[in-house]
Amino acid sequence: MAGNSYLPRKIHSLLGVIPLGLFIVEHALTNYSAYEGGAEGFSKSIDFLNSVPLVFWLELFVIWLPILFHGVYGLYIAYQSNLNSGRFSYGRNWAFTMQRITGVITFIFIAWHFYETRFQVTLGNVKHEDLGQHMNDILSNPVALTAYIIGVVAAMFHFANGLWAFLVSWGITVGPRAQKVSSNICMVIFVILSVLFLLSLVAFRGDEFSSEAAAALSAVSFG
Amino acid sequence: MATTATATAQRKVKFVITRKDSPDAASYTEEFEVPYRPNMNVISALMEIQRNPVKADGAKTAPVCWESNCLEEVCGACSMVINGKPRQACSSLVDKLEQPIRLEPMSTFPVVRDLVINRERMFNALKKVKAWIPIDGTYDLGPGPRMAESKRQWAYELSKCMTCGVCLEACPNVNDRNSFIGPASISQVRLFNAHPTGEMNAHERLEALMEEGGIEGCGNSQNCVRSCPKGIPLTTSIAAMNRDTTKHMFKQWLGM
Repeated sequence: MAGNSYLPRKIHSLLGVIPLGLFIVEHALTNYSAYEGGAEGFSKSIDFLNSVPLVFWLELFVIWLPILFHGVYGLYIAYQSNLNSGRFSYGRNWAFTMQRITGVITFIFIAWHFYETRFQVTLGNVKHEDLGQHMNDILSNPVALTAYIIGVVAAMFHFANGLWAFLVSWGITVGPRAQKVSSNICMVIFVILSVLFLLSLVAFRGDEFSSEAAAALSAVSFG
Repeated sequence: MATTATATAQRKVKFVITRKDSPDAASYTEEFEVPYRPNMNVISALMEIQRNPVKADGAKTAPVCWESNCLEEVCGACSMVINGKPRQACSSLVDKLEQPIRLEPMSTFPVVRDLVINRERMFNALKKVKAWIPIDGTYDLGPGPRMAESKRQWAYELSKCMTCGVCLEACPNVNDRNSFIGPASISQVRLFNAHPTGEMNAHERLEALMEEGGIEGCGNSQNCVRSCPKGIPLTTSIAAMNRDTTKHMFKQWLGM
């Protein structure tokens, strides 16, 4: 690549945490409301997000453009690495390898997930209030469910381990002890976020989000 | 006693060596059986092959080429891949290695012949980051500021770098698709920026690290610190230079 790669690489690292890390936490909590509050809780969360002013511009500048840059530049970074954890089988080198593998998985997963959900809303094929039911339809297919489980866990590892690398690359954790402690904290974040997303997948699979239940719910609400 | 001596004399050490006749030739492997002597290292085995260049199957071959100088792990010349890991041949004791002992060149670098590699890119990297302290003037500049003993102690650890290339061989980001200069020279920036006189040109070295192929090439696999034969805290150096280049970047933006 021509020119200086220092700044793009630095921005790549930053964007993964701010804003994308913040978006991941928001997404995890919104989805978890489906587990905690059922169909009603989930629809409340969606209503809240849609009530945020300038929501389209927030999506554009806080989610889509950062993901596009982080994803495309990330693929280039992955291409530049010779994975050698077979020869150097150390924990951190495995994390390095996994960071690149999960990055590519996450890229593909997000492209597919975006097309199936947010893009279908834009096309008018799915309404906001039907998103829970839409997820139920998708996840009733075992292949899609498996893809979602892999995609979610890969994305959360990529975020948590990327947070660790961000702290090193920006010079915040310098010594080995600081890096060890931050590594443990990041792995806890990985587990917590993965569990939140997996529980929301469980919730979306539930009867409450199936087509009949949704019909019954709307009958109650508006009937 | 006599029987032990005979047993020792008959014992053979098996080597599988990756060879290459010229920089552009294809590489191939040859097997050797070298008579065992107590306390021998990989260099002494290579010297034995040089004296008697006969393969395990009895056929004559060209002696194996390698580089070495100090034979006490301070010059960095005899770095090669021994049983899959890059290290110095002089400090690799045969008694501590699994047989057959596999010797390969560190192929991250251009291979000149057999186990001889060209580490020129490392010296170019040192030039790029200005890994020296400019003290020449047209008049006597006098003594520089003193260095604190507490600082000298950790800086001394960084000065043990012998440009051996092991960290570059272990790094997944040092390859043909990547312009990364490697961990060694980044640690040298930390060393020379820690020096009270060297510090006066700290910004020049940081700016060299902020160029294409500089410190951003590090992907934090941390293989370097696990592989360094001198135990240099390379990842601490890299993170410290990440901190310093980050600060320098903000200072440049803000015009400070």
